[in-house]
Amino acid sequence: MQRMDRNALAARVARDIPEGAYVNLGIGAPTMVANFLPKDKDIFLQSENGLLGMGPAPEPEDIDWELINAGKQPVTILPGGSYFHHGDSFAMMRGGHIDICVLGAFQVSIHGDLANWHTGAPDAIPAVGGAMDLAIGARDVFVMMDLLTKSGESKLVRQCTYPLTGLACVSRVYTDVAIFDVGPDGAHVIEMVEGMTLDTLRALTGLELTEA
Amino acid sequence: MINKIVASMAEAVADMQDGASIMISGFGDAGAPAELIEAVIAQGATDLTIISNNAGAGETGIAALMRANRVRKVICSFPRQAASHHFDARYRAGEVELELVPQGNLAARIQAAGAGLGAIFTPTGYGTMLAQGKETREIDGRHYVLEYPIHADFALVKARAADRWGNLVYRKVARNFGPIMAMAAKTTIVQVAEIVELGALDPETIVTPGIFVDRVVAMQPAPTV
Repeated sequence: MQRMDRNALAARVARDIPEGAYVNLGIGAPTMVANFLPKDKDIFLQSENGLLGMGPAPEPEDIDWELINAGKQPVTILPGGSYFHHGDSFAMMRGGHIDICVLGAFQVSIHGDLANWHTGAPDAIPAVGGAMDLAIGARDVFVMMDLLTKSGESKLVRQCTYPLTGLACVSRVYTDVAIFDVGPDGAHVIEMVEGMTLDTLRALTGLELTEA
Repeated sequence: MINKIVASMAEAVADMQDGASIMISGFGDAGAPAELIEAVIAQGATDLTIISNNAGAGETGIAALMRANRVRKVICSFPRQAASHHFDARYRAGEVELELVPQGNLAARIQAAGAGLGAIFTPTGYGTMLAQGKETREIDGRHYVLEYPIHADFALVKARAADRWGNLVYRKVARNFGPIMAMAAKTTIVQVAEIVELGALDPETIVTPGIFVDRVVAMQPAPTV
């Protein structure tokens, strides 16, 4: 079985982002999706700290610490890009103006509930940032994650056990071994890597999965 | 003649009282008014409530305020960072209270204060532990949480340039919380890289009109007007 690595997964997510989409890429692995967006199409990347039309990382000599992304990494702005304050930035999300948001996750439920901000560990200092706004704001929320934790537990679950980020907000889950649509009707497998079978996915997740 | 420009950082924060609530602009270091915060530390006000996106990282800015033990409470969205050790230690010791607010709700609650709204219904956080115990309402099939405005005694903001009426322009993503915090505080104090003549800022591009600004102070070296 050929599991998809982070780059392959990012490339696969990028294929589902159409020209003209306003897109927010979450911190971490989702940021890598930007590397695979087609250069000949206009796709608008939003960074919630106040930037639309975000470009790639600058050359080291061009780093400007007042031009950073939400992960506080230096970025660039494309011709046609714009700056705005936090009120407008989160209105873009909450108001339904962002088409697609790509996020990482600890758990996603078959009905699209998302848990990605807090492990629930009692001694952890909580930090939420824009996670909850992103989760409920974008028209489509894509999650990018490994299907299993390091200890082999499925991160696609019947019901999240980690603290929730948002209810019924995720529409598609891209994992290293399969892609799922989730929602009111539960989880459907829409793609599997070569060598993967529906039965194996059912065994790995313990879920009644069907093919879309 | 109205001139909101004050001569020094120290003069700008001279009336800050113990127990004050202070909004501090910035997302990471971008837009953070580090020099004004240094002036607050020197001025001595303590028992402060800080409203900002972060709770300080490294040794400067809000982290320096933490290190000096001036902070009683933080209202922010993302306190935990790689170098947030000054906040982390005081939070774990129970010396600093934390109100964790999703970033967009933080912005919306600050905007509600500036706009004179009594409260807002926001969809963000519905069904999560950050909405526990809060009033909710279903409006047109969507669920919302009732959240109240966040007011402050002071806002400390960093902008690129100002004139003597307090009109502001910002630089790149350093704009972040500046414009909305300037609207929400009783007294808004702005540090700028450049002070320009009245009329030099294009009215079409002024981001914060001077009505929202009380004091302007130039970062060193002081430019000549």
